[in-house]
Amino acid sequence: MPAGTLYRGREGMWSWVAHRVTGVLIFFFLFVHVLDTALVRVSPEDYDKVVATYKTPIVGLLEYGLVAAILFHALNGLRVIAVDFWSKGPRYQKQMLWSVVGIWVVLMIGAIYPVLGHAARELFGS
Amino acid sequence: MSTAETTASGIGPVEGAPLFDVDNPAPLIEAPRARTKKTPKSTRGNFEMYGWLFMRLSGIVLVVLVLGHLLIQLVLDGGVSKIGFAFVAGRWASPFWQVWDLLMLWLAMLHGANGLRTVINDYAERANTRLWLKGLLYTATVFTILLGTLVIFTFDPNIR
Repeated sequence: MPAGTLYRGREGMWSWVAHRVTGVLIFFFLFVHVLDTALVRVSPEDYDKVVATYKTPIVGLLEYGLVAAILFHALNGLRVIAVDFWSKGPRYQKQMLWSVVGIWVVLMIGAIYPVLGHAARELFGS
Repeated sequence: MSTAETTASGIGPVEGAPLFDVDNPAPLIEAPRARTKKTPKSTRGNFEMYGWLFMRLSGIVLVVLVLGHLLIQLVLDGGVSKIGFAFVAGRWASPFWQVWDLLMLWLAMLHGANGLRTVINDYAERANTRLWLKGLLYTATVFTILLGTLVIFTFDPNIR
């Protein structure tokens, strides 16, 4: 690659990249999630056995990551809609991205206790 | 050669005598993309536009459905620790949550499948690779939507 030609589109490009990456991750989780839920048609024991893995600390951490991906994709998706349909959307796309990041940080801090609390109790006792 | 007549045709005296006038009109040239009786009504449909619109409309609905789902499953009432067969049975006893989950399943799967279709179109450069990846994607999507729908509609709380 010739030097100095790497396209760096700043906020617009990186939010697009993050939207793609989070979207693909969420979609792959969705396949797994429909399959694990389908076990309710097999037997209550099999379903509860698989759901038990969702309650382990490591998967708890992954759930926090899933929440992070979904919250970003949801908030940035609303930003994309605003860019497309609001007449002033393109002009304020950067401000809207930083608003998205701000709301995302607040929600992620708020999700620490509800989502990771169970994992912490598993690890350190209640 | 009379210069007074040429000014009306728009061709200046430099170009010489006008080639066409009222008695000798220029031949009508058809626009290159003019529709004729033989052209089909539309050469390609508006599929991509409807796909684009669907992503935005389903996205708005999914924000409500999925964030509500996360709130119920991971935050309220003990978070993930209360989830189990009994919890699922309790919620799917109500048609409201059945419809909620069914709508969420269909919209999320179609939204995600269309997103991945775009990703495949963007990065798979060989036509054959695109064909196979999209074939796999559509097969997995149809299977998962049908399986999930079947599970919601045939759920039996007294399976044991």
